[in-house]
Amino acid sequence: MAVKTEDQQHGLTAHSHGAGAPVSSRADHFTSFDVDAFEVPGGREEIWRFTPMKRLAGLHAGAAATGAATVEVTAAEGVSVQTAARGDQRLGVAGTPGDRVAAQAWSSFTEATVVTLPKDTKVGPTTVTVTGPGEGKVAYGHLQIRAEQFAEAVVVVDHRGSGAYADNVEFVVADGAHLTVVAIQDWADDAVHVSAHHAKLGRDATFRHTVVTLGGDLVRITPVVTYAGRGGDAELLGLYFADAGQHLEHRPFIDHAVSNCRSNVVYKGALQGEDAHTVWIGDVLIRAAAEGTETFELNRNLVLTDGARADSVPNLEIETGEIEGAGHASATGRFDDEQLFYLQARGIPEEQARRLVVRGFFHEILLKISVPEVRERLEAAIEAELEAVGA
Amino acid sequence: MATLEIKDLHVSVVSEEAPKEILKGVDLTIRAGETHAIMGPNGSGKSTLSYAIAGHPKYQVTSGSVLLDGEDVLEMSVDERARAGLFLAMQYPVEVPGVSMSNFLRTAATAVRGEAPNLRHWVKEVKGAMADLDIDPAFAERSVNEGFSGGEKKRHEILQLGLLKPKIAILDETDSGLDVDALRVVSEGVNRYKASGEAGVMLITHYTRILKYISPDFVHVFANGRIVESGGPELADQLEEQGYVKYTGKQEAANIG
Repeated sequence: MAVKTEDQQHGLTAHSHGAGAPVSSRADHFTSFDVDAFEVPGGREEIWRFTPMKRLAGLHAGAAATGAATVEVTAAEGVSVQTAARGDQRLGVAGTPGDRVAAQAWSSFTEATVVTLPKDTKVGPTTVTVTGPGEGKVAYGHLQIRAEQFAEAVVVVDHRGSGAYADNVEFVVADGAHLTVVAIQDWADDAVHVSAHHAKLGRDATFRHTVVTLGGDLVRITPVVTYAGRGGDAELLGLYFADAGQHLEHRPFIDHAVSNCRSNVVYKGALQGEDAHTVWIGDVLIRAAAEGTETFELNRNLVLTDGARADSVPNLEIETGEIEGAGHASATGRFDDEQLFYLQARGIPEEQARRLVVRGFFHEILLKISVPEVRERLEAAIEAELEAVGA
Repeated sequence: MATLEIKDLHVSVVSEEAPKEILKGVDLTIRAGETHAIMGPNGSGKSTLSYAIAGHPKYQVTSGSVLLDGEDVLEMSVDERARAGLFLAMQYPVEVPGVSMSNFLRTAATAVRGEAPNLRHWVKEVKGAMADLDIDPAFAERSVNEGFSGGEKKRHEILQLGLLKPKIAILDETDSGLDVDALRVVSEGVNRYKASGEAGVMLITHYTRILKYISPDFVHVFANGRIVESGGPELADQLEEQGYVKYTGKQEAANIG
């Protein structure tokens, strides 16, 4: 039997490098707090072209809030939890809405939740549980996580329930702070969630951000990272699992405008069932001033059944040659029959072998989730996903 | 005592074009305690024989039979064959990212033995087996075959052989790509497995050098999809000197490498 190269062995195909129509620079991307500054998108716009607009429950077209999400915080000792009105000076500092839904959420939330992690202190895990407004209802929200200077903390943001929900989530990471975030989208089947994450990293700040998207009819997360000082280090990890009919979209953007910062993006997704659709658009921009930047982004998708579709587009723009390194990779592949054969040839039944392979595929992401309860819950959720189709 | 009977086996490779017949009537019986060396030039179909017996979906059996202790192997799924007592040490072991060697070994042992091995005994057993093959214990926590060198992969195939203790082991060019030290270590592993006297071994190789470490009871020359000559160990010596030219009409040495 022929020797296969590694990529063939894993059934991977290379991504295209955007040959064809010229794409405008990410640097020109429009942002505004004013919802009326954005036209109502029709679905043909570059940033919306993968999203099924009809399933957005009008979040993009001015749908009024008809309900409210419930936000509960289980705070570690020393962590302060406050609510804030829109006029609060602290809000909006981590970033500006980059699309109409985020601007709508900014204009429409009634009260923001502000979680502050105390300076110079290491605190235990804090959990923010956001429960949707209920089936058929629309709600907007705002959450800000502030890690003060040299704070060290883990925050889990757990989304559950039903309804349509759009929000902005800010991460303000002060100089030297270490903030680890796990954002879980474990929505009910009807839910629509469009969320803009804005992270601003201070000098020598470390930000580890993991997005886990499992449930919901349509989930679209746009994490944006900017740096306010040198030495910032961002790691963006993602894990998603789309079943029949689900649309799960992730659009990380790392804006390197400051020198000597680092970013690493790794998203992995599995898909199964008819019309399961995932979209990953990974943008990295290294501006002229961002000398000494080190960045890498990777997206891998594992297609488990026919009828599922994974779109994956990495974009890397480099405006200076004085960098440490920059790279990107994207691959989408079918289940690898050679792996299955190998495991089965050792007596392992097919179903169990499939589970081993899928668990192995996600292992690198799960391994980095530092809260054991969360990791165990996600492992169990992935097992349940696999059992649902008897994969 | 286990017996593997291969009778008039015809196998085609499934490809995008028309299926191509690779095995053209293989007859071979391997009994417990016997070691059969299958020697042949490249492209003669040796590996196809091993993969067809293991049940790789790429190979289609068009006629003939394979029986293990009278049971029809060809009716079994790949994992059923392994649980029935067949083992294939692969020429190109597959990488399985994210699945640790220790998890893999324990899952396989549980499947083959029919129950989960006692944890304490198991840990000891694996440690001992790894030490016997000069495998660094750190490999237990690495992903299956991922980033392993050729020699490391082969050692791990033999590690699995020792732990799973099949009735019949098929070793597909286990010697390829091994340096002298690794060849010795791997051969010793095979000999330990054979020492029970209850194991049957099909040793597929292009070269004679591994036969200096693992003594065959029978040597078969494989050419053009079938066994063309069978004999005792002396047949290997003859191949060592004359190569396969007699069987293929082409000059191809059996004594280098």
